[in-house]
Amino acid sequence: MRNDITRRDALALGLSAATLAATGAAAQTTSSTIKAADVAAPKLAIEKGASLRMLRPVRFVQADEDVFRANAAKFTKETGVEVKVDFVGWEDINQQTAVTSNSGAGPDIIIGFSDAPHIYVDKLIELTDVADYVGKRYGGWLPLAQRYGKKNKSDAWIGLPFGATAGPLIYRKSILQSVGFDKVPEDHAGILDLCQKLHKAGKPAGFALGNAKGDGNGFANWALWSHNASLLDEEGNVVINSKETIAALNWVKQIYPTFIAGTPSWNDVSNNRAYSSQEISLTANGVSLYFSLKNDPATKAIAEDSEHQLLPKGLAKVSPMAGLTLNAMVFKHSQYPNAAKAFLQYMLEKDQYEPWLNANSGYWSQPLAAYAEAAVWSQDPKVKLFKDTMNSTYYDGYKGPISTATGAVSADYVLIQMCASVATGAATPEAAAAEAEQRCKRYFRRQR
Amino acid sequence: MSVTTLSSPVLAQRQPNWLVRLFDYKPFLIVMCLAPAIGLLSVFLTYPLGLGIWLAFTDTTIGRRGVFVGLENFQYLLTDPLWWNAVFYSVVYTGIATFGKFALGFWLALLLNNHFPFKSILRAIILLPWIVPTVLSALAFWWIYDPQFSIISYLLVDVLHWRSGNVDFLGSPWPARFSLIAANIWRGIPFVAISLLAGLQTISPSLYEAAMLDGASAWQRFRYITFPMMMPILAIVMTFSIIFTFTDFQLVYAITRGGPVNSTHLLATLAFQRGIAGGELGEGAAIAVSMIPFLIFATLFSYFGLARRKWQQGEAND
Repeated sequence: MRNDITRRDALALGLSAATLAATGAAAQTTSSTIKAADVAAPKLAIEKGASLRMLRPVRFVQADEDVFRANAAKFTKETGVEVKVDFVGWEDINQQTAVTSNSGAGPDIIIGFSDAPHIYVDKLIELTDVADYVGKRYGGWLPLAQRYGKKNKSDAWIGLPFGATAGPLIYRKSILQSVGFDKVPEDHAGILDLCQKLHKAGKPAGFALGNAKGDGNGFANWALWSHNASLLDEEGNVVINSKETIAALNWVKQIYPTFIAGTPSWNDVSNNRAYSSQEISLTANGVSLYFSLKNDPATKAIAEDSEHQLLPKGLAKVSPMAGLTLNAMVFKHSQYPNAAKAFLQYMLEKDQYEPWLNANSGYWSQPLAAYAEAAVWSQDPKVKLFKDTMNSTYYDGYKGPISTATGAVSADYVLIQMCASVATGAATPEAAAAEAEQRCKRYFRRQR
Repeated sequence: MSVTTLSSPVLAQRQPNWLVRLFDYKPFLIVMCLAPAIGLLSVFLTYPLGLGIWLAFTDTTIGRRGVFVGLENFQYLLTDPLWWNAVFYSVVYTGIATFGKFALGFWLALLLNNHFPFKSILRAIILLPWIVPTVLSALAFWWIYDPQFSIISYLLVDVLHWRSGNVDFLGSPWPARFSLIAANIWRGIPFVAISLLAGLQTISPSLYEAAMLDGASAWQRFRYITFPMMMPILAIVMTFSIIFTFTDFQLVYAITRGGPVNSTHLLATLAFQRGIAGGELGEGAAIAVSMIPFLIFATLFSYFGLARRKWQQGEAND
């Protein structure tokens, strides 16, 4: 196995998620085994002369964009409705949605992230008819899709989830074996023991504790949820300052010294680079890291030696892992709401959705149960684990209702900074939890 | 001799019409000439500033129209340790970075004011850090400070073998704070150096000749000629530098996003994070408005610096 990865190799790998594109097209050729129930589609009278403008987050996999555009072109050909799709950066989509929402002008459809429809609920049209139809036709919506798609405490759909990406553990099998582990233990003491041994062996673990939207929040949520701590209770009360949180923070304080130096400054690409350059042997990441390693001859051996594993349960009953969900919204200001709904329905139908899902090589997992049979999930055993991302019962704002404030807490990195301040010794667990509680209560003051 | 009188229609023709008379009316003409400038200022300066100040007194969030809440946002900020931290670091960042930029920039300006070969090319090169887009230089520094791939760590550990482990530039509060200050100084030096160089070139060489004839040393020439003559431009450049540094956003946001442990938030980055990312537009605006007193202080600093010109010329202050 090649161990002389150069600095240049490692730097390139950190940004090479686009290499996923190479694997995308192959998955589309397999014949479909997906079953579609015979259900009557809602009657959507497409408005005369309709045209649509849509925004969605930029692709992580080139084939995502290619197939999405091809599907949109097919819709135009079949219905005569022109669809203009713009791809915008992940960091920009929230701001553009906010402007669209506040100004009442702009795109008819926006695919935002997980909680976006709950933030702009007053400006959106209901999508219940389409959601009910595709739900019945494709085996039902998975739990995470229902959580993010439906208005709180109702069966009204305000968003149509298109998929979710997860950040499970990825580790070096040979290095774990060299310190006496076959996989990462499910209990906190075992994880700590493993991380201490990895640190001693010079191949430590590393989890983002910097202001990283995906990986930082992923680690903070996992640390809390695996200790049965949560931001909210079922009624939406802020319960972050709890004995469970203190226990989680004490564990973070214990495990932090076993991490590679610098994790409090890590952003979302830092762990990719550190893992690719073999500086660390354990982290949490999306499937993009695995594919970027696999598709580069210089690092293929690292990919072969890597395994994915769901985030350890700790004290939770199931792996506490939430997925970042693509969630489509149709705005009330649209002149062509039926055309917009028809377009989303069309994109979720098997003929369009399955090739798109396969093209993403596992980066996005399906929101509808029937698509679990898609070819993408049987082509690489190391990717199969991502299939169940939307079966998760965990989400931003767990255990309470999703609201503007749950997204704000995540965007303001409140929970990450609570963990980081304890890890680095800047605050005691009690002080950090109290400060986080103050900030969260500020965000949630209007939500109840 | 016969006297002829013009008929009344002819008189009427020569009488300027009301529009001409209106434009001949001086107060109206002044108003009309100023109107475009006032309009532009109102639309592009007063309105955004006014809206920002208004938002600071409301509880507006993204996607929800707010109501007037008086000083509630400011009262909350006074209890928010993160706001106090941002005030502290904004002042430290501005103070140290401005001092650094002026010390090095003034020194560089004095060097560049001398006669030497390829002077023009060197002066152009000095401007490079200033003309590179801030985000680009921020990304470069982000790489330089990377915990695993820093070129500085590489030199110290792998080439010179002076250290056994990498330097953790951004992983703990004070190193991260100083790393950002260093990046800001690097970026700001050209502005200071070139501005002060322009000032240095306005000082008449005859003053130095006279001083040399009187036997003044190099330090005395700097102390009694260069420095006093440079005071007005120093005051202006320093005011701009303080304002630019205090309101800096891009360097910090691109390199640390306010981390680690929120230790490097400036008021500008905190205002953005709370107002835009967090959606609390009212609170974000309040944080931005809380910068105004500091900026007024910087402007007053410039005013008083300029007002001392008479003193510089040996007269009493009035």
